[in-house]
Amino acid sequence: MLADRDRIFTNLYGRRGADLKSALKRGAWDETKFLLDKGREWIVAEMKASGLRGRGGAGFPTGLKWSFMPKPQEGRPHYLVVNADESEPGTCKDREIMRNDPHLLIEGCLIASFAMHAHACYVYIRGEYVREKEALQRAVDEAYEAGLVGPNNKHGWPFDIYVHHGAGAYICGEETALLESLEGKKGMPRLKPPFPANMGLYGCPTTVNNVESIAVAGEILRRGGEWFAAIGKPNNTGTKIFSISGHVERPCNVEVEMGVDFRELVDRHCGGVRGGWDNLYAVIPGGSSVPVLPASQCQELSMDFDTLRNLRSGLGTAAVIVMDKSTDIVRAISRISYFYKHESCGQCTPCREGTGWMWRVLERMAEGRAEKREIDMLLEVTTQVEGHTICALGDAAAWPVQGLIRHFRHEIEKRIDDYTARSTPADYPVSAVAAE
Amino acid sequence: MTKLIVDGAEVEVPAEYTILQACEAAGAEIPRFCYHERLSIAGNCRMCLVEVKGGPPKPVASCAMGVKDLRPGPNGEPPVVFTRSPMVKKAREGVMEFLLINHPLDCPICDQGGECDLQDQAMAYGVSGSRFHENKRAVEDKYIGPLVKTIMTRCIHCTRCVRFVAEVAGSPEIGAIGRGEDMEITTYLEHAMTSELQGNVIDLCPVGALTSRPYAFQARSWELSKTESIDVMDALGSAIRVDARGREVMRILPRINEDVNEEWISDKTRFVWDGLRTQRLDRPYLRENGRLRPANWPEVFSAIAEKAKAADPKRMGAIAGDLATAEEMFALKDLMGRLGVTNIDARQDGSALDPRHGRGSYLFNAGISGIDEADAILLVGTNPRHEAPVLNARIRKRWRLGGLKVALVGERADLTYGAEHVGAGTDSLTELVEGKHSFAKVLSGASRPLVIVGAGALARADGLAVLAAAAKLAKSSGEAAGWNGLCVLHSAASRVAALDLGLTPGEGGLTAPEMAASGALDLVFLLGADEIDVGAGAFAVYVGSHGDRGAHRADVILPGAAYTEKSGIYVNTEGRVQMANRAAFPPGEAREDWAILRALSERLGAKLPYDSLAQLRAAMFAAAPHLAAIDQIAEAGEPTFDQSVRLSSEPFRNAIADFYLSNPIARASAVMAEMSALRRGAHAEAAE
Repeated sequence: MLADRDRIFTNLYGRRGADLKSALKRGAWDETKFLLDKGREWIVAEMKASGLRGRGGAGFPTGLKWSFMPKPQEGRPHYLVVNADESEPGTCKDREIMRNDPHLLIEGCLIASFAMHAHACYVYIRGEYVREKEALQRAVDEAYEAGLVGPNNKHGWPFDIYVHHGAGAYICGEETALLESLEGKKGMPRLKPPFPANMGLYGCPTTVNNVESIAVAGEILRRGGEWFAAIGKPNNTGTKIFSISGHVERPCNVEVEMGVDFRELVDRHCGGVRGGWDNLYAVIPGGSSVPVLPASQCQELSMDFDTLRNLRSGLGTAAVIVMDKSTDIVRAISRISYFYKHESCGQCTPCREGTGWMWRVLERMAEGRAEKREIDMLLEVTTQVEGHTICALGDAAAWPVQGLIRHFRHEIEKRIDDYTARSTPADYPVSAVAAE
Repeated sequence: MTKLIVDGAEVEVPAEYTILQACEAAGAEIPRFCYHERLSIAGNCRMCLVEVKGGPPKPVASCAMGVKDLRPGPNGEPPVVFTRSPMVKKAREGVMEFLLINHPLDCPICDQGGECDLQDQAMAYGVSGSRFHENKRAVEDKYIGPLVKTIMTRCIHCTRCVRFVAEVAGSPEIGAIGRGEDMEITTYLEHAMTSELQGNVIDLCPVGALTSRPYAFQARSWELSKTESIDVMDALGSAIRVDARGREVMRILPRINEDVNEEWISDKTRFVWDGLRTQRLDRPYLRENGRLRPANWPEVFSAIAEKAKAADPKRMGAIAGDLATAEEMFALKDLMGRLGVTNIDARQDGSALDPRHGRGSYLFNAGISGIDEADAILLVGTNPRHEAPVLNARIRKRWRLGGLKVALVGERADLTYGAEHVGAGTDSLTELVEGKHSFAKVLSGASRPLVIVGAGALARADGLAVLAAAAKLAKSSGEAAGWNGLCVLHSAASRVAALDLGLTPGEGGLTAPEMAASGALDLVFLLGADEIDVGAGAFAVYVGSHGDRGAHRADVILPGAAYTEKSGIYVNTEGRVQMANRAAFPPGEAREDWAILRALSERLGAKLPYDSLAQLRAAMFAAAPHLAAIDQIAEAGEPTFDQSVRLSSEPFRNAIADFYLSNPIARASAVMAEMSALRRGAHAEAAE
């Protein structure tokens, strides 16, 4: 269990002030200049040593990402972009950071920008996060006023931070779509390569990081990468905010060590599954885009990137959606499928056409108005979408459906059988005529 | 150069190639919808997926991945690409299935049917059946102007049209609204497009979503006879293909000619064909008691012969029009020479261009493809957007690459690229020559400057001085060896050939405006001359195809052939000799113009010594050997200007006031009239 002294987000629940004075008391902005003075190489090496993996879902090592930035060139400024477009259903960790611990984020922005030769940082906030945007802006204003950031700040690294409010499109959380949106264009993902590290914002080298990845940077450097690496499991180190929602007694955000046991997570922090542990039916362990796991696979489940990947699911953003036996799993996945159909940008063919197709078939399956051979057809459609698209939204739309068919095929088949067993379905027009 | 292995065959390609280009170089066919050589890469159709060995276990879009991004094998072997592997086959089938699930499959009633990329590729790479049992998406059609018809349900969202108007045409009017499967292609609030190149989106559209509105439901592609020809709507001589069914031209499409039009044509070129059917002169006419009455050939020839016998050669003249072929102009000149007539001219606009100053004084010397190398362009008295839209797109293409500065002297205009407006008239030109304006430094500092002089800037009293000033500006700077930056942009397709053949007044002869003055002549021959008002007095013989200004003035009308109805040589503004071919036959009793002149010559007692077009050509080639070199540009040489005319301070006027109505065929076209009215309306709206 994670000791209180190892927590990074000490005001996750907003019980203390989010203002600069309170943040300073909790240790933010402590000796930041000293950290910068240690130099870029030290910072990047320390981040690598910490083993921090990106908290936005893909789990790419953050230190490695920072080291990809090319050498600075005249006329090509570097940029840091913070992805605060937290739109993955079930995820609400960045929201709490921006509300309650914004100074950790701003400090992280300064450090990361310094490490990557960036003088400007953009924070792209999800459109629906109005209060969070206000909170972060307030904190940024405080930091400017206190001389912590700005062109002539006390850290000796000219640095500007801009808070940009998005318009509420899920796809703008994809890093290149985010850059397009930031440039004032339509939020449609770019083709890769070139990657943002070479051709990012306005064609200049850019690193896009998740809010949580950046916000933990200051604390990691203060305490040393070794400290962070000692928490959790090998290759899945450090602490992580989990957002647990769904059929638990007390849905919450909680910062725990990586690789925490699922049962401990739910029982200790959320008051257990609604109706008892045996009432557990299924779990989506990492936000709506990762495949669902049945209860049988969740008995002794270590919540980390590698374990979940081996179960053909994923940790994603660590947004754990718990479902008890009252859940209509087919309808639930169908609803998720609708979300992806709604949020597809429409740029490339498989996602544009495939998401709608998958959703429509699932809608029918939820009713049972389908044929059993369509289950395999649906599975094949998901594989035709997966891996064939410009960005990962196609994959994200395919995985939940694959998870459903992998673990709950019997449920769909039962639905179909029940529907066929009813001689005249309720919505069959003949029955209405006959009743007259 | 980069080495890679495509389907087992090793191929070496330039490092900047994409995988798709490398595969094509290796002879592998890659299906595609969104990719187009002349547009930016979108990578959205996903049809061009290929398998790359050693990469992630998923196919990659070959159009968007450069060969330099491929990783070599563990021991430095060249990267390996498969285009026929099971993974690729499955990926293509999958994408094709997705494209078709919401496509209406209404090929039997679709104008694209038979020449549709989706149809072809569905046959080649798709599966035979569909597994989609939901309702198909229907999309409302959009109004985007009188030229392009939309059936948006058929759209596959390749965004070629969006990229074309934004990148090539330079009027970003088409875009996509909505997202996901609700994405729709439209113009802003369904306004009509304003580009002069909008018709090209019809060719670009790989499906039947954007089709030609005038051509809608007119013909099927396989029943048309296709003739490769040359366009005469502007002086560019764009390569076109004329599709005809029987006697009627059904549509006009571009051909690829990298040196001239790449693969674009202007809307006037593409949609003028309905003008080939209306206002046609299909029999001879004779004016009696002030009214034209139908007549027959012997009758009208006698009438002309009578007038010619009575007239003094000094009181006779001939004016050649803007659409005439070299052959008929040569025959006209020959005939006039035999009659002892020196009053002959092809410069209806009174242009100061004259072969006396050397061929280099009236050509687009740098060549149209020379624009690609230019680093500074000065436009003098011209709006290339109206005078040669395809050339304007080429300037824009060069401008988009960066490092090009453009300035304009003359009427202000939206050229689709950033051009500094130096001034309206010759004062600004003088400033530039004297080096007083900041752009003079740009020109003198440029290694390949272009000075493009419009026809409007030369058709004035001080035209020669303007030309001399332009030549000076173009010369003072060009350091690159052999670079000649003086570029005359003609607006008439026939003009360069006319100047090459010397259709200018002989000793003591009158120019076209002088001939047109009231009472200047007793007998005037008008060879398709419709851009000039011939004053009262002269007996006017009009040889031409359309009942336009010249025919209205004429006392005798001899019905000729339009440009699609005769084989003939045209020389474009850069001096390139090109041959147009016959796609259909002239209507009724109309004949090819050279044949009319030949027949007439016999009655005038000055028989032209050629009985066939081949003989006529042989005679013409003897007189002007460079015309025999088809598709070539003969060496032009430096221009020489002997006399000095003073520059007036008049502002420049562009040669073409209304792009859509600049010649008799266009003025007979209902489509062009509608576009012209629409444009005037748009201007009125903008002015409000």
